[in-house]
Amino acid sequence: MFGLHYKLETKAIALVLAIIGVSSIGGLVEIAPLFTIDQTVEEAPDMRVLTPLELAGRNIYIREGCNSCHSQMIRTLRDEVERYGPYSRAVESQYDHPMLWGSKRTGPDLARLGDKYSDAWHAAHLFNPRDLVPQSVMPAYPWLARTQLRTDDLPLHLERLSTLGVPYTQAMIENAAADAAGQAAPNTERAWGVAERYGEATNVRDFDGAQGAPTEMDALVAYLQMLGRQTAIAHAQAGDAP
Amino acid sequence: MLSALSTSQRQAALVFLVLLAFVGLFVAGIGRDDPIAGHGWLVLAVSLLSIFAILTRYYDPEPPADRAGSYYDEPVKVGIILAMIWAVVGMFVGDWVAWLLVYPEMTFAEPWASFGRLRPVHTTAVIFGFGGNALIATSFYVVQRTSRVRLAGTLSPLFVLWGYNLFCVLAATGYLWGINQSKEYAEPEWYADLWLVIVWVAYFVLYLRTLARRQEPHIYVANWYYLAFILVVAVLHIVNGLALPLSWAMAKSYPIFSGVQDAMTQWWYGHNAVAFFLTAGFLGMMYYYLPKRAGRPIFSYRLSIISFWGITFFYMWAGSHHLHYTALPHWVQTLGMTFSLMLLIPSWASAGNALLTLNGAWHKVRDDATLRFMMIAAVFYGLSTFEGSFMAIRSVNALSHYTDWTVGHVHAGALGWVAMITFGAIYASVPWLWKRKTMWSPALVEAHFWLALAGTLIYVFAMWNSGIIQGLMWRTYNESGTLAYSFIQSLEAMRPYYFARAIGGVFFLLGALIGCYNIWMTIRAAGSAEALRDDHPQSRPDPALEMGR
Repeated sequence: MFGLHYKLETKAIALVLAIIGVSSIGGLVEIAPLFTIDQTVEEAPDMRVLTPLELAGRNIYIREGCNSCHSQMIRTLRDEVERYGPYSRAVESQYDHPMLWGSKRTGPDLARLGDKYSDAWHAAHLFNPRDLVPQSVMPAYPWLARTQLRTDDLPLHLERLSTLGVPYTQAMIENAAADAAGQAAPNTERAWGVAERYGEATNVRDFDGAQGAPTEMDALVAYLQMLGRQTAIAHAQAGDAP
Repeated sequence: MLSALSTSQRQAALVFLVLLAFVGLFVAGIGRDDPIAGHGWLVLAVSLLSIFAILTRYYDPEPPADRAGSYYDEPVKVGIILAMIWAVVGMFVGDWVAWLLVYPEMTFAEPWASFGRLRPVHTTAVIFGFGGNALIATSFYVVQRTSRVRLAGTLSPLFVLWGYNLFCVLAATGYLWGINQSKEYAEPEWYADLWLVIVWVAYFVLYLRTLARRQEPHIYVANWYYLAFILVVAVLHIVNGLALPLSWAMAKSYPIFSGVQDAMTQWWYGHNAVAFFLTAGFLGMMYYYLPKRAGRPIFSYRLSIISFWGITFFYMWAGSHHLHYTALPHWVQTLGMTFSLMLLIPSWASAGNALLTLNGAWHKVRDDATLRFMMIAAVFYGLSTFEGSFMAIRSVNALSHYTDWTVGHVHAGALGWVAMITFGAIYASVPWLWKRKTMWSPALVEAHFWLALAGTLIYVFAMWNSGIIQGLMWRTYNESGTLAYSFIQSLEAMRPYYFARAIGGVFFLLGALIGCYNIWMTIRAAGSAEALRDDHPQSRPDPALEMGR
């Protein structure tokens, strides 16, 4: 080993090639098989995609860096399952570009947040967390409720994700902007289109409690209410009702 | 700095900057409905300012034709100053977000001032701004001295340095405007990532060409580490950054990997950013500046070989220890844990090698705060690599993961190791570069040392306490078999520790400010041409660097 190295350190190119070779092995052995071994991601036939409104909410979640304080990955530990719900399955984030598993819980895990609180609770909590939880250290996001959501580019978002393998249909892509508005405007013609394309289980509600065009608050609350609700597989395996 | 450029090089720089200005204008135009337009205008402004700076000096006298007989130190000087500026910015923002966790109302209801947007500004400014500039500057310095040859280029070192800083500015301003890819320590969007690839290739080519021209038969140990840093960071950055942009006119992109594969790729990147940016690069720094300052050759050439190849091989397997008990397949978690434990061997080989090098020079450690910075850095390197291996054990990780213990561990490494070795290297370099006998005030170096050490200890102890208390509260059951504490109770228990941590940060920031003042005064003090007359490619090699040549 020392003799070989002694020769390597006299030839810059050989040293470069040796560094690349030696450092590549770990990644190749650990990452490449994750794409080929079938058991890596289990099957979930009921897995649904995010609606355009929920996707827009997810992008707001990323923009605001929520993932630096909230994880979305419940580990296979008794206390985590009892605190947050059934542990997270790989399939539950298979459409997540990027994944938001997180690495730090300054705030609680959000993997199964959906339907835990009302829309009004979320809207008020995001407006100022300390109105509801006095000890909270979460930032207030008062501008979300007064910022109109940009929806005209949503078809492009869905199209790019479908290129990457997320099963959005052509109808979903074409109607993305209208569906985003429709999901936050129940009992309108647009709202029925959302249920038709994304399933009856989709939350169609006025998430921010204010009439009119969808706001960023609508999108973010729609996303939070969907967390953990894309498939019932984790609940089914844990033996309780979804 | 521009005086080193010949007329044709000044012209080449102008042509390049005009093109860059047009790119900026073009992006500002096509992306006018998108946050990317801000970056278009920023690039335009930076290009125009640079063009102006060159034009005002365009008719300055040309440099002497034969410059091979001297080292090219202007980029090193600029890099060190930029590193100190980024240090102050990054540490200030870091301490600010630390206070936000004590006083969460301090966001003024402004989007840019919330924790989630400021936190990546802190990490990017300290890791890439402070650390990256220090690595680029010292690597330019070290590769010239250990190869006894001038840098292989006049324009390209300036491009690497300023291009890299443009990347840092694009990254940090982007987060404030909400441009964030969410991948930890790789938050910048696709166009900033692409720009960094261009800069990094230029850096690699420059480094390799300089090594190829060396007058020494062997490549000195510091350069192995700098080379590994440059190469592996390139591979990590490109693979983890693979993404599909919405369009050329939009900042947003979608990473091509998803879910479990994305998580593994991200932590393969994340952990090896620690390994090859924050470890290999700074080990390169240590292997030059510590023996040089102590006046003693490296203790063992063989230990440095074991350490080098061990780090290069083992680290790349360790990333999956960030994903214990998650949906990542068990076999990958086990591999990650195993290799993390084995990593202790090459890590301690380097830490031990550094400390044993000081045998016979401990009186200098006592008297010289600059050398003491490097000694303490080696100690913290040894401590935090031990802690890292320990935390990678699955059952320990069950407690530590998601808690402040991780934050404490990162800062033991970042403050205790990375920042300390950098301050040591900077305090050693500044008098050498500006031809002074010593720093303006050795007493202020001493003050900086104690502030930095106190700040680090306060920070790390606060986070150990908060992290372990948090982890225990989350898993404590009461007598009836249900969870004893709500999440918010665990958060309430953190408040005194978050306060203490922010105080520790103030200490560390104060030290850096004192350092800036001292460096500034050293630069302003009168120089003496006598100070370092042997510092040129024809001089005899330094005996302290004999080992490992």
